[in-house]
Amino acid sequence: MRRTKNIIICGTGGQGILMASEVLCSAAWRSGFDVKKSEVHGMAQRGGSVSSHVRFGEKVNSVLVEKGAADVILALEKMESLRWVSYLAPHGKLITCDVKIEPMTVNTGSAVYPDVEKIMDEMNIPNLMLPVREIAKELGNNRVVNIILLGAASKHLPEISEENWFQAVEERVPPKALEVNLEAFRRGRAL
Amino acid sequence: MRKKLNEVDSGKLFLSGNEAIARGAWEKGVHFASSYPGTPSTEIMETIGEEYPEIDAQWAPNEKVGVEVIAGASFAGARVLSTMKHVGLNVAADPFFTLSYIGATGGIVIVSADDPGMHSSQNEQDNRLLGRAAKVVILEPSDSQEAKDFTALGYDISEEFDTPVLLRITTRICHSKSLVEAGPRMEVPVKGYTKDIAKRVPIPANARKMHSRVEARLKAIEEWGYSSPLNRIEMGDKSIGIITSGISYQYVKEVYPEASVLKLGLTNPLPWKLIGEFIDQVDSVMFVEEGEPYLEERIRSRFLVDGTGSELISVEGELNPELVRAGIKNGEELPLTFTGVELPGRPPALCPGCPHRGAFHILSKMKASSTGDIGCYTLGLMPPYNALETVVCMGASIGVLSGIEKAVGRSDMPKLVSAIGESTFVHSGITGLIDMVYNGSTGTVMIMDNSLTAMTGGQENPTTGKNLRGEPAPVLDLEKMVLACGVKYVRVVDPHDLPEMRRAFEEEFAREELSVIITRRPCIMQYKPKRITVAVHHPDKCVHCKLCVKLGCPAISWDAEKRIPVINETLCWPNCNLCVQVCPKDALSKDLEGVV
Repeated sequence: MRRTKNIIICGTGGQGILMASEVLCSAAWRSGFDVKKSEVHGMAQRGGSVSSHVRFGEKVNSVLVEKGAADVILALEKMESLRWVSYLAPHGKLITCDVKIEPMTVNTGSAVYPDVEKIMDEMNIPNLMLPVREIAKELGNNRVVNIILLGAASKHLPEISEENWFQAVEERVPPKALEVNLEAFRRGRAL
Repeated sequence: MRKKLNEVDSGKLFLSGNEAIARGAWEKGVHFASSYPGTPSTEIMETIGEEYPEIDAQWAPNEKVGVEVIAGASFAGARVLSTMKHVGLNVAADPFFTLSYIGATGGIVIVSADDPGMHSSQNEQDNRLLGRAAKVVILEPSDSQEAKDFTALGYDISEEFDTPVLLRITTRICHSKSLVEAGPRMEVPVKGYTKDIAKRVPIPANARKMHSRVEARLKAIEEWGYSSPLNRIEMGDKSIGIITSGISYQYVKEVYPEASVLKLGLTNPLPWKLIGEFIDQVDSVMFVEEGEPYLEERIRSRFLVDGTGSELISVEGELNPELVRAGIKNGEELPLTFTGVELPGRPPALCPGCPHRGAFHILSKMKASSTGDIGCYTLGLMPPYNALETVVCMGASIGVLSGIEKAVGRSDMPKLVSAIGESTFVHSGITGLIDMVYNGSTGTVMIMDNSLTAMTGGQENPTTGKNLRGEPAPVLDLEKMVLACGVKYVRVVDPHDLPEMRRAFEEEFAREELSVIITRRPCIMQYKPKRITVAVHHPDKCVHCKLCVKLGCPAISWDAEKRIPVINETLCWPNCNLCVQVCPKDALSKDLEGVV
């Protein structure tokens, strides 16, 4: 693989974005790649927009993905997918889901939550709006949305083998929650 | 079970810059560390606390004390570390500058984590300027491997040249992860304390000699820097030579891999001979640096080169590959498939269950406000509270409140309190309160005691009863402390008891004497609930007044069609019933849902 792969995982504070990017990095590293990732800490974690950039390849320099260069954007909240859409490469995949978290600006009436599906249609953004809420409900755990989506993204990252993905989940998830997370990953990968 | 990192002595680790600095200190045999938390530096100390018990590490009440304590430990021959955010170095500047004159018996590395882009800060200061003013060595790593290596090398430089070393990193170094080669810890003995008055007492007669030593030291390090592995020339296309340091180097390599590059890891003193050789080999020079044009101004004042950087890339904000590409490649940008979309902002908010919400809710209801300080409660400025209107620096809420009264008098002063967290009060609010007592101010100070340094992710402090490693520690008694300062009226209020909170403000606003309200309720990060109760809405009783929504709780949103609140059960906090309290018609209740 000559070109570095660029992935942006985004959503809101508390959704498990850092955990998802940690699993992705571990899987990429296990597959023999150089890996870098960026995180956001501090004030933004208090319910703000959170993103993690992950890049892997033979040799990675910048830790940040450049606008127009993302191979995969994985949005754990549907409006947040639009915040990053200018980062998508021409061949890139935008993967998001039916999770909606209203920001405080919407709650307090100073802004309106946009019609995300309509905007995507109008802009001709090819997107995968996955029904993860239903799956999380079936699994009895709404904290696994991040891993379901990572499973879905894994199909678009063929450089990483299934075995390495599962080992990475095992490494990063606490033992108590391992089974449900492995199942979440499988369900996402089957979408 | 994952091994603790002190049990790993080889192989690759995937570490953040902060974790790599902790690792570098540990491998180099560091004995002692003392710091105050501050984004983006906090995880260095947290990592030491969790992974490296061989380093004796502690939280200091503020950065100045942190540096003073490591100074003493260095005098006694220990290898020492102190970490802080960029503005923390302002607080520690007094010992930092003089420590430069005194030097290092045991190696001293001080980490300044600058925050360009202000992810979580009030300014963008570039502490290379402060490091240069203090005449210390400055090192700038560009990834986690270098963060580890430069930290370790910093101790060699510190002890060989008798100087403190400033490791200058920026947010993107702190909080990005990359692969690092692990090594074992080297054990070095603590040299022991020996009296050396000429070295450690900077009375003028001694300090003049110290200054001479500092100047000679800078010359010697400059010479050493010429062949040091910290700096390197990567010769490529000679038509363009880029001089860069820190994270900026990675962006240059990303967008202009064919350019010739001088990568500087040592940025004070500058290796002039190496820089001169580089400039001679290339046709034109450009500077790429995050923050101030520090290299550009210094190098251009030494060599007659036309190159610039600050005119091509803004000195404001954080760098990224797009900015560097456009700056050094004449406006070039990657083609975009989609343009950006205008979206509602998602600003940070007080957490569901946050103890500060009660106090700001009441201030807002009373059309009162606060002079603010640095912590989670700075978010009191946001709607729906709009109850905080000044911020200067750690501890300043008290001095600012006092100053407003001095200028306009109590009777003309709006309904203001100072809003300061307990950790910030201990950091540097106490002296402000002493000033208010001493100089006859009559305002109301609110100490928001949530028993945790919360904004930086939840660290212990002198009021929490635990030390950095979570072991029991004496508790600083805030009421006694306030009384000892000379304040006559102190009251403690649960900020989630809304009627009591209102009464406290009303009575203290009416009092024409200085008083302190301590709002006391633990941060939700401190509280592990056993029972899960969540708010439940009963639509039949709802009168659609939206008072619950106006609490600004992330767990409550408004269904505009049905005109009722929607409670997010995942976010709703068990140990909170503010929405139940504000509902005038009992349309909200807290029902037991289960037991964890």
